[in-house]
Amino acid sequence: MSTPTGSAWVDGSGSRLTKFNFIRRVNWGRLSVVSVPTLWLAIFFFIPFLVVFKISLSESAIAVPPYTSLLEWDLEESYLNLKLNLGNYLYLFEDTFYIDAYLSSIKIAGISTVFTLLIAFPIAYMIARSKPSARGLLLALVILPFWTSFLLRVYAWMGFLKKNGLINEFLLGAGIIDQPLIMLQTDFAVYIGIVYTYLPFMVLPLYSALEKMDMTLLEAAEDLGSRPATSFFLITVPMAMPGIIAGCMLVFIPAVGEFVIPSLLGGSDTLMIGRVLWDEFFLNRDWPMASAVAIVMLIVLVLPIMLIRNSQGKEEAI
Amino acid sequence: MKRRSIFLTTSATLGFIFLYAPMIALVVYSFNKSKLVTVWGGWSLKWYGELFRNEQIIDAALLSFKIAFISASVAVILGTMAGFVLSRFGRFRGKMVLSGWISAPLVMPEVITGLSLLLLFVAMEGMFGWPSGRGTGTIIIAHVTFCMAYVAVIVQSRLSQLDETLEEAAMDLGAKPSSLFFLITMPLIMPAIISGWLLSFTLSLDDLVIASFVSGPGNSTLPMVIFSKVRLGVSPEVNALATLMIAVVAIGVIGAMYQMRRQSKLLATEE
Amino acid sequence: MTSTQNIEQHGVAPVSSEAAVNLPLWKQDGAKPFLQIENVTKKFGEFTAVDNISLDIYKNELFCLLGGSGSGKSTLLRMLAGFESPTSGRIIVDGVDMAGIPPWKRPINMMFQSYALFPHLTVEQNVAFGLKREGLDRSEVKQRVAKMLDMVQLGHLGKRKPSQLSGGQRQRVALARSLVKRPKLLLLDEPLGALDKKLREETQFELINIQEELGVTFVVVTHDQEEAMTLATRIGVMNHGVIVQTAEPHDVYEYPNSRFVAEFVGSVNLFEGKVIEDQPDSVRIKSKDAGAILYVNHGISCAPNQKVHVALRPEKARISKQKPDQTENCIKGIVEEIAYMGSLSVYRVRLTSGKEVRITQPNITRGAGERLTWNDEVYLFWDVDSSVVLTS
Repeated sequence: MSTPTGSAWVDGSGSRLTKFNFIRRVNWGRLSVVSVPTLWLAIFFFIPFLVVFKISLSESAIAVPPYTSLLEWDLEESYLNLKLNLGNYLYLFEDTFYIDAYLSSIKIAGISTVFTLLIAFPIAYMIARSKPSARGLLLALVILPFWTSFLLRVYAWMGFLKKNGLINEFLLGAGIIDQPLIMLQTDFAVYIGIVYTYLPFMVLPLYSALEKMDMTLLEAAEDLGSRPATSFFLITVPMAMPGIIAGCMLVFIPAVGEFVIPSLLGGSDTLMIGRVLWDEFFLNRDWPMASAVAIVMLIVLVLPIMLIRNSQGKEEAI
Repeated sequence: MKRRSIFLTTSATLGFIFLYAPMIALVVYSFNKSKLVTVWGGWSLKWYGELFRNEQIIDAALLSFKIAFISASVAVILGTMAGFVLSRFGRFRGKMVLSGWISAPLVMPEVITGLSLLLLFVAMEGMFGWPSGRGTGTIIIAHVTFCMAYVAVIVQSRLSQLDETLEEAAMDLGAKPSSLFFLITMPLIMPAIISGWLLSFTLSLDDLVIASFVSGPGNSTLPMVIFSKVRLGVSPEVNALATLMIAVVAIGVIGAMYQMRRQSKLLATEE
Repeated sequence: MTSTQNIEQHGVAPVSSEAAVNLPLWKQDGAKPFLQIENVTKKFGEFTAVDNISLDIYKNELFCLLGGSGSGKSTLLRMLAGFESPTSGRIIVDGVDMAGIPPWKRPINMMFQSYALFPHLTVEQNVAFGLKREGLDRSEVKQRVAKMLDMVQLGHLGKRKPSQLSGGQRQRVALARSLVKRPKLLLLDEPLGALDKKLREETQFELINIQEELGVTFVVVTHDQEEAMTLATRIGVMNHGVIVQTAEPHDVYEYPNSRFVAEFVGSVNLFEGKVIEDQPDSVRIKSKDAGAILYVNHGISCAPNQKVHVALRPEKARISKQKPDQTENCIKGIVEEIAYMGSLSVYRVRLTSGKEVRITQPNITRGAGERLTWNDEVYLFWDVDSSVVLTS
C-alpha cells in the first residue's frame, strides 16, 4: 500500500480497481471533482455548527451582532482572554420550560411517527403488491402532494380543522355532533399536520423494502402452518425493518424540530423546541440562547441520525 | 387471502383520501365568491383577480422563482459531483466525511440549518466583510446547500442502478475519464439530474424557515409572505395561489408521466 | 414395499422372490390411492391453466409432474399446497377433502423452487419455524430440528444465516424445513433446478434415500426429463393443462403414447406414414419420409390407411457402411455431420427421401472398427421392436 504523499484525497486505498482511480497519482481532475462539493459542505454545512457551538458559549449583548465574543485582546494587560460562558446551558437545564419543550417535541414527533407508520404501511404494501404497471402511477399519487408547497398543505388543514371548518360543518350537518369540535390549535391538529406532510417520506422507504420482499416467503410460512396474521409479524415486519427504521427516522428527526406545523396548527400551549428556538431568536433576539437550544437539539437527535446512517450504510454494503 | 386484500385496499384508499381531500377542498374553495371562506357563495374567479393585483405577493413570487432557479442550477452541478464521487470513485480518504455531510441536511431540522447558516454569515461578515448584509445571495447559498444533498442522493441511487459495463465498454474503446463522464455517464443519468433539478426548484420555492433566518430586510420570499398572511387565518387569495401551484405541479407530473408512457410504448413496439 | 419399488425402478435384480407378488400399488387392483385429484380444473379468467385433471397417487410414491413452462404443473402443485383453489373438482388427501382448508392447516408441506428460506432467521430457526407454529414444547422442537439437520448433514451450520450458505446447502435446509413437520405429502417445486449439474446428480440420489427412509409421499414438479427419469416412481407428462401420459419412467421413454411425449422426453426421429397392413400383433407402414416400408411388431387400433407416425429413438438404430442382412426397417442415407461426444457419437444422416435423422452410437472401442466420415453412404437399420407407432 504505497500511496504517494500529497494525494490524500485522491489515492484509491482500496484494493479494488475502480474506473476512476486506477492511476495512482495526483489527478487534478479527480481532485477537483472531489473537493468542490466537499469544500462547499465544509464551509456551509459543517463550519456553521462550530459557529453555533461557539456562540452558544457567549453571552447575549445589545450589540451588532448581539453577542459577546469569546476571545478578547486585553490591551492593557496584553493577553488573550478566553471567556467561556456555560450560563446558557445551565439555564437550559434549570428552567423546566426548555426541558418540557424538548420532551414535548419528542412526544409529539414520536406519536406522529407511529401514526404515520400505521397509515403508510398499508399504502406501501398495497403498492408493492399491485401490478408492476400500476406501481408507477400509485407511487406518483403518493409523491404528488410532496411537489406542491409544504406550507400550503399545512394551510389546507387549517380550513379543514377550524371551528367553522369543513369537518365541523359536515359533522354538524350530519347530526353527529351538536357542538363544533375544537380541533385547530390543539396537539391533535399538530399530529395530523405532521402525519400528512411527512407521509411520503414513510411510504417510499417502506415501499422499497416491501417491494424487494419475496412473496413466496409468505407462502412458505403459511405452508409451514403459520396463519396470515402470524406471518405478518414473523416475516413481513422483519423483512420491512430497514424500511421501517429509515422511514421512522425520516419522519421523526425533522418533526422534532418542526416549526411551521405547530405555529399554524398548534395552540399557544403546544410546546415544541423548533418554535422555542424561533422565538428565542426572532422575538427575544437572544442568539446565544438560541444557539444553545440548537446544540442540545442536535445532541438529542444524534442517536436517531446515527441509526439512519447505519441503515443506509447497510444498504450500501449489500 | 381475499379478506386481507379487501382490508388492504380499503385502508390504502382511505390513505389516499387523507392525502388528497384537503387539497381538493382548497381548490374548490378558491373559486368561492364569498369572503367567508367556509360559506359557499357561488362560483367566482374573484380571488384570482385579487391575487394578481396584490403586488406584495407578485414581487415575492418573482423573487422566489429567481432564487429557486439559480439555487436549483447550482445545486444540480454540486450535487451531481458529490453523487458521482460517492458512487464511482471507490474508496478514498474522506469518503465517510463527505457521505455523512451529504446525507445529514436531508434530515436536519430546518431551524438548526437556518440558524447555523445565519450565524456563519454574520461571523464571516465580521471577519472578511463578506457577505455584506443578507439577502438574495445568502438565501441562494443556503438553498444550494440543502438542495445539493437531495440531488446527490438521487444521482447516487441512479448511478448504482446503472450497468457499470457501459462505462467499462467506453473506456475499452478509448474514452478518457473526463470524456467518459460527459459522453456516457451524464446522458445515462440525465433523468436523475432533471428530477434533481425539479426537486431542488420545488424545495427552494417552498422553503420558509431557512429563508426567514438568512434573508435580510426587504427580501421577502413567497413562503414568507404566505406565512405572514395565513398566520392570521384562512385567506381566499392564498387558496387561489395554492390552486395555481397545484395546477402547475399536476400538469407537470401528468406531462412527465405521459412522456414516460410514450417512451415505454415506443420501446415495446420496437421489441 | 418401498424397496421393491426402488428395485423395479432402478433395474436392479430382485433379491427375493416376494418381488413378483409385491406389485407396486398402482398396479394392484383396488389399492387405495393416497392422493386423489378428481376432475380438477383451474381457470384464471379466460385462461385454463389446469384442464379437468384426474390423477391418483399412492402412498410412498415419488411422483413427478413433468412438463414445459405453462403446462399447468406448477398451478396443480399450488392447488395441492392450498395457495390456489380449484375452479372445479376435488383434491382428497388420505381420505380428507382439502376444499376450504387453508395452507397452514394442511398436512402437506412444500419445498419451493426459490427455497424461500427466511433470510432473517438462522438455519435452525428456519427449520424450527413450522414446529413452533404447532405449539410443540421447546425441547422437542430443538431435538427434532437437530435430528433433521443431521439427516441432511447440516448439523454444524445451524447458527448460520441462509445468505452464508452455498446453493446445495440452502437446498438441503429447504428440504429439512419442509420435512421436519412430518407431512403426509411433500411437494417439491423444481427441487434441483438451482443446482449445478454435478451437485444435481448427487442430490438426486440423496433425495431418493431420504424419501425411502421417511416413507413420505413426494410429488415433484420439474421441467427436466432427466431429473424425472432418475427420481420418479411414476411420471405424469403435462401439456396445456392436461396430463398426456402417466406411466413409469421406462414406459414413458420406451412407449410414449403421443408425438408430444415422444418429443418432450428424450429426442426422437418421427416418420410419417400410412398403415398398409394391420395385423393383431404387427403393422406395416408405408412412409414417404423414410422412403421405405416400416414394420413394427406391436398391434395398434386404427383405421385402414390412417396416417400415423413411427417414432425411433436415436440410439435404437444401428449405422453401417455394409448393407445389413435384414430387409425390413433398413434405409439408406448419407452422413452429413458427426459430433463426437465422448461416450457416444451423434450422426446426422440425410435419407434418400431428403429427411434428416439423428442417430447416436456408443463408442464401444477406442479407435478401430468401421470409421464413418462425412458423405459416407450408410445404412440405418433397427429391430422390429425398436420403434413405436404413434396415432396421436
